[in-house]
Amino acid sequence: MAATALEIEQNPKFKELVATRKKLGWTLSLVMLAIYFGFILLVAFNKAFLGTPISPNGVTTIGIPIGLGVIVSAFVLTGFYVVRANARYDELNRQIVEESK
Amino acid sequence: MSRFKSLISAAALAAFSSSAYADAIAGKVEKQATNWTAIAMFAIFVMFTLGITYWAAKRTKSAAQFYTAGGGITGFQNGLAIAGDYMSAASFLGISGLVYLNGYDGLIYSVGWLVGWPIVTFLIAEPLRNLGKFTFADVASFRFSQTPIRILAACGTLVTVAFYLIAQMVGAGALIQLLFGLPYMYAVIGVGALMIVYVTFGGMVATTWVQIIKACLLLAGASFMAFMVLSAYGFSPAALFAKAVEVHPKHLAIMEPGTLISDPISAISLGLALMFGTAGLPHILMRFFTVADAKAARKSVFYATGFIGYFYILTFIIGFGAIVMVSTNPMFLSDAAKGLAGIRGGSNMAAIHLADAVGGDVFLGFISAVAFATILAVVSGLTLAGASAISHDLYATVVKGGKANEQDEIRVSKIATIVLGVIAVILGIVFEKQNVAFMVGLAFSIAASCNFPVLLMSMMWRGMTTRGAVIGGFLGLISALVGVIFSPAVWEATLGYPKGSAMFQISNPALFSMAIAFAGIWLFSKLDTSARGAEDRAGFDAQYVRSQTGIGAAGASAH
Repeated sequence: MAATALEIEQNPKFKELVATRKKLGWTLSLVMLAIYFGFILLVAFNKAFLGTPISPNGVTTIGIPIGLGVIVSAFVLTGFYVVRANARYDELNRQIVEESK
Repeated sequence: MSRFKSLISAAALAAFSSSAYADAIAGKVEKQATNWTAIAMFAIFVMFTLGITYWAAKRTKSAAQFYTAGGGITGFQNGLAIAGDYMSAASFLGISGLVYLNGYDGLIYSVGWLVGWPIVTFLIAEPLRNLGKFTFADVASFRFSQTPIRILAACGTLVTVAFYLIAQMVGAGALIQLLFGLPYMYAVIGVGALMIVYVTFGGMVATTWVQIIKACLLLAGASFMAFMVLSAYGFSPAALFAKAVEVHPKHLAIMEPGTLISDPISAISLGLALMFGTAGLPHILMRFFTVADAKAARKSVFYATGFIGYFYILTFIIGFGAIVMVSTNPMFLSDAAKGLAGIRGGSNMAAIHLADAVGGDVFLGFISAVAFATILAVVSGLTLAGASAISHDLYATVVKGGKANEQDEIRVSKIATIVLGVIAVILGIVFEKQNVAFMVGLAFSIAASCNFPVLLMSMMWRGMTTRGAVIGGFLGLISALVGVIFSPAVWEATLGYPKGSAMFQISNPALFSMAIAFAGIWLFSKLDTSARGAEDRAGFDAQYVRSQTGIGAAGASAH
C-alpha cells in the first residue's frame, strides 16, 4: 500500500530533504541576486571605481574582472548546487521513494 | 512621476532606451551585395535539418513525442538545446555590436541575460519537471480549477510568444538583407515556411535537434573568432584592450561603464525583467519536460548556464576584436571619415565583418549562415510552445475538458502551428518598417509579470487559490503591457508622441508589474473564502510531495 502525501510529509527524511534543499536554493538565489544587483548598483553609483586601472601602466580596469566574475559566478553557483544535489538529495530522495512504496 | 523625471536626464534615457533592447535587430539596414557563399552554407544547414525532420517525423506519433520528444533527451543535450533556444542572432550580433560601440557597457548588458539561469536551477527546474507533463500550465494549474488557470497560462504564453516572434521575424528580414543580400520578404516567408515544416512534421524531436546543431555551430564559430582575435595579440587580453583603447574614439572610456545605466530604477527594473522573465518564458520552460527526470532537468540548466555564459564572454572578446580589426580597416567602413561609427551596415555587422577579417570569405559565409540559422531555431521553439498552449491547454483541457483524443490533440497542435506560422509571416510583413526593438523587452516583462509569479506561487505557496492566481496573473500581464506601451521606447520613439509625454518615464515596467502580480495573487487568495479556494489549499500537500520527490510524476517516456 503506497503511502499518502500526508504520511510522506511526516517522514523525517522528507522533512530533512525539503528543509535543506529549500535553504540551499533560497540562499544561493539570494547570493546571485546580491551579486547581480550589487554589480548594477556599482555601475549606477560608482562608475569611477569600476574604471580604476588594475596596474598603473595598463588599460585593463577593475571592472573587467568584476563583470566577467559575475558571469563566472552564475556558472559556479549553479555547479555548486548541482554537485550538492547529486551528492546528497538524490540519495535521500531515493530512500523516501523506497520507503513510500 | 515628476520625481522620476528629475531622476533621469534626457540624454541618459535616450541612451538607455535605445540600447536596452539590443536583443533585437533594430534600426534601418541597407541591403548588401548577394553573398552566394553564405546562401550555399545556409542551404546545407537547411537540407541537413530537413533530413533530421524527416527522421524525427517517423518517431513523432504520440502526443508525448510531439510535445516533449518522449522525455528521451539527455541533460547534456537539453543544456545545448536550451542554449540554442536562448542565444538569438540578435544577442550575438546586438551585444557584440554594443561592445564595438561602447565597450564595457556591452558586458553589463550581457550579464543581465545570464543571471536568470541560476535562479531557474535553484527554484524552478526540479519541481517543474516533477509536476509537469507538456506545458508549464500543467504545473501552474496542478491543484486548481483547470479552465481559468489554463486560459491565463495560454494568454501569458501566446502574448509572450507573439511579441518574441514578431521581433525575430523582423530581425530575420533585416538579417537576410545584411547577410545574404536578399530581399526582406524572402526571409520572412522562408523562415515561416521552414519553421512550419520543422514543427508540424518533426515536433519537439526536430526542434530540439535544430537547436542543438545551431548551438554547436554558433559556439564553434564564435570560439574560432575569439581565438583568432586573441592569437593576434599573443593571447594577452591586456594587449588587446590596450590596442582597442588606442584606436577607439572614446579611448579609455570603453574600459568603464558609460551611459547604459544612469538611472538605477530603470536598471533594476530591466534586471528583474531579464532575470525572472527567463524563468517565465514558455518555450524555455517547456524544454524541461523533454528530459527523463528532475535530476536531468537540473543538470541541463547547469550545462545551459555554462554554454550561455561562455558565449557572452566570447561576444565581449568579439566586440573588442571588431574594434581593433574592423574599425581600423577602410574595407569595412562605408564612411571612412566617420571612423568606427561609419561601419558598413551598422554596428550589428561588427561580428560579421570580424568573421571576414579573421577567416576570409568562406568563414564569413559560415558565420552569416549560422547567424541566420539561429533565428530558425528560436522561432521553432517559440512556435511549438505557442501551438502547445493552443492544443494542450486550450483545446484538450478547456474545450474538451481533458478528454481529448490524443490524435485529435496532435492534429490541433499541427493546425495551430501552421496558423501561428502564417500569422507570424503576416505580422513580420506588417511590422517591416517599425522599430520592434522593444518587443523582446516586452516579452520578458510579461513572462516575468504573469507566467513567473503564477508558476512560482503555485509551487511554493499553499495559500494560493484559483481566484488569486487568475486575478494576480492578469493584473501582472495588463500592467506589464500598459507599462510598456506608455514607456518612452514605445510612446515616444515608436508612436512618435513628443519627448517626455510618456506616462511612465521608465524603460521597463517589471519592477512595478511584478510587484502588482505578486501582491494581487496574495491579496485575492487571502480574500478568497469560496469552496473552490478551500479545495485549492487542500490540494497543496499532494502537489508538494510530488514536486519535491517526483513520486507519482509521469515519466514523460511513458506512452
